Amino acid sequence: MNKTVNQKAWFFVIPVFVLVAFNAIIPLMTVVNYAFQETFGNNVFMWEGTRWFKQIMLSERFHASLGRQFLFTFIILFIQIPLGIAIALTMPKEGIGVPVCLVLMSMPLLIPWNVVGAMWNIFALPDIGFLGHSLNALGFDYNFTQQIGDAWFTTILMDVWHWTSLVVLLSYAGLRSIQPAYYQAAEIDGASRWAIFTKIELPKMKKVLTIAILLRFMDSFMIYTEPFVLTGGGPGNATAFLSIDLVKMALGQFDLGPAAAMSLIYFFIVLLVCWVFYTLMMRNEEKS
Amino acid sequence: MAKVTLKGLNHSYLKTQSSDADWAIRGVDIDWNDGGAYALLGPSGCGKTTLLNIISGLITPTKGDILFDDKVISGLNPVERNIAQIFQFPVIYDTMTVYDNLAFPLRNRKIPEEEIKVKVYEIAEMLELSSTLNNRASGLTADGKQKISLGRGLVRSDVNAIMFDEPLTVIDPHLKWILRSKLKELHQKINRTMIYVTHDQTEALTFADQVVVMHEGQIVQTGTPVDLFEKPKHTFVGYFIGSPGMNILPCQIKGNDVILNGKKIETHQQIKKNNFNKTEVGVRPEFISFSNEGIPVKVLSVSNTGRHKIIDTESETGKIKIIAKSNEDIPSGSAFLKFKKEYTYTYGDSWIIE
Repeated sequence: MNKTVNQKAWFFVIPVFVLVAFNAIIPLMTVVNYAFQETFGNNVFMWEGTRWFKQIMLSERFHASLGRQFLFTFIILFIQIPLGIAIALTMPKEGIGVPVCLVLMSMPLLIPWNVVGAMWNIFALPDIGFLGHSLNALGFDYNFTQQIGDAWFTTILMDVWHWTSLVVLLSYAGLRSIQPAYYQAAEIDGASRWAIFTKIELPKMKKVLTIAILLRFMDSFMIYTEPFVLTGGGPGNATAFLSIDLVKMALGQFDLGPAAAMSLIYFFIVLLVCWVFYTLMMRNEEKS
Repeated sequence: MAKVTLKGLNHSYLKTQSSDADWAIRGVDIDWNDGGAYALLGPSGCGKTTLLNIISGLITPTKGDILFDDKVISGLNPVERNIAQIFQFPVIYDTMTVYDNLAFPLRNRKIPEEEIKVKVYEIAEMLELSSTLNNRASGLTADGKQKISLGRGLVRSDVNAIMFDEPLTVIDPHLKWILRSKLKELHQKINRTMIYVTHDQTEALTFADQVVVMHEGQIVQTGTPVDLFEKPKHTFVGYFIGSPGMNILPCQIKGNDVILNGKKIETHQQIKKNNFNKTEVGVRPEFISFSNEGIPVKVLSVSNTGRHKIIDTESETGKIKIIAKSNEDIPSGSAFLKFKKEYTYTYGDSWIIE
C-alpha cells in the first residue's frame, strides 16, 4: 500500500517538540554545557574537557553513594516484587472485595512524596512517633536519626509501604487477564498450586512484571524527596543516595561542573540498566 | 474407562431461582455407555458447557448426581474423577517444550519417567507432533497448540472419560476435517468414552454415535444422527439440525385430522389428543416435492448449491423451503407441494405428538 506523503504533518509535531525542548532537551543541554566547563558566574566559561568526569569516576564519595543507591534499589526490589505478587494472589477475584482492595491499595500511591516523607518522619520519631515509641517501649533501641541501621530500616519500610501497591496493581491486572480455562486445564492435569504459579501465573505475568521491575528500578534509583524529608541523607551520609548527594554537591557546595558530570553519569547508568534489562526480557519473548 | 450416568441434574448460577430461565441446566438425565462417542449439541448459551463442566467436576451442580460406573462421584474433584478435558481455546504451558507439555499430566501423577517417555512418543506420533517435541510450545500455530491440548488429554491411558469443549473453534476449516477424522480414529484406537460439546451440527453428527441436543438448559432429544434427522422430537431439533432446517408451519387439529391451510394433510402419527396451546406441522425440505395437487404455494426464488437446489416458496401460513435435485425442473409462479407422509410430523407445544 502506498502511503500519502504529506510533509505539512510535521507542523503538528511542533507543539510537543517545543514542550519537550523546554522541559527536557534544553535543561539537559545546559547540564552537558556545565559538565565540560568551569564557571565562576557572570556567564564566564572555561573549557575543562573530561576533567569533571574523571574526578567523579575516581571519587570515593561518588562510589559510596552509588553503592548505597544500588544496595537500596536491590533491597526494595527484592522485597516489593515478591510481596506485591503475593498480595495480588491473595486479593479477591470477584464481589465487593475487589473495589475495596483496589481503592485501599491505591491510597499510598496517591499521597504526595514529601507528605510520605513527613508522615514517616513523625511516625518513626523515637520519642513521640507511634512506630518509634512502640519499638522503644518493646525494648528495641530504635532511633532512626542517629543509628545507621535504623535509618535504613525506616527508609526501606517507607518505600515498601509507598510503592508495593504499584506492583500489586500491575500483578493483579496480569493475573486477572489469565483465562479461566488455564486454571481448569491445570486442575484436570493435576497440577499442584506451586506448578500453577510457576507454569501458568508467572509466565503470564511476565510482561507486567517487566514493567513493574523497570518502573520500580527507575523510581527507586532516582529517589529523592522521601529520604530527604525523612532522614535528610543522615545520619552522616548513611542514607545519602545518588540524588541527595548530587543536590548537596550542586546546590550545597555549588560545584556545578562536577555535579553536572555526575548527573550525566547517573543518567547513563539508569539508561543502561533499563536498556539491558528490557532487551534481555524481550529477547526471550521474540525467541518463543 | 467408565459408563457415565447423570441423574436429575439441575444447575443454576444464581443463589435463588424463581423461574425456569434462572436454571442453566434443567432436569438432565443421561446414560452414556463405556467407550462410546457422544456429542452434546446446541446453540451458544444452551447449557452444554455447564453440563460438561459438571461432569468433569469443575462445577458442582445445584441438584442431582453424577455416576461413573454406577458409583456416585458428585463430591469428587477433577483429579479424583480422573477425566481429561480439552477446552475451546488451546491451553498450553508457554515456558515448556512440546514434550514437557505432553508429559505434564503424567509427571503430576508421579509416573516414572521411562513410562512417560513411551506414552508421550506414542501420542506425539498419533498427532503428528513428533518433529516438534523439543520446540517451545508457545512458538506453535493455533492448531499445533490445540493438538498439544488434545495430546495432554489423550496421554493418560487410565482416564474415565475424555471431554471436548468445542475443541476445533480456533482451527482453520481444512485442518478441522483432518483433526476431526483424527479424533474419530483415536476413538476407535483407544476406545474410551468421549464426550464432545459443539454448536456445529456437522461436527456432532460426524463424530458421535449418539447426539444429545440441548435447548435452553434441557435435553430435547437424544439419538443417532439419523434419528435426529428423520424424526425430530422437538421443533428445535427440526430447525437446528439440517441445512436448511425443518419447515415448521402452524396448523389446526380437528378431531383426528391435521388441517394445514384449511386442508387436511396426512402425517406420520395418529392424532389422539388435542390439548395444546400451539400446534405445528414439521417437514424437512428434503421430503417435499412439487405435485399437481396439494398445498398451494408461490415460488419466490431458487438457489443452486451445486449438489442441489433450494427453493423458497410462500404458502398461506408461511414460507416453505424445498430441496430438489439440481437437474429437476422447478415450476415458476404458482405450484402445489406434496409432503412425504412418513416424514411429516405434528408438534404440540413444540414437542412431537405421539
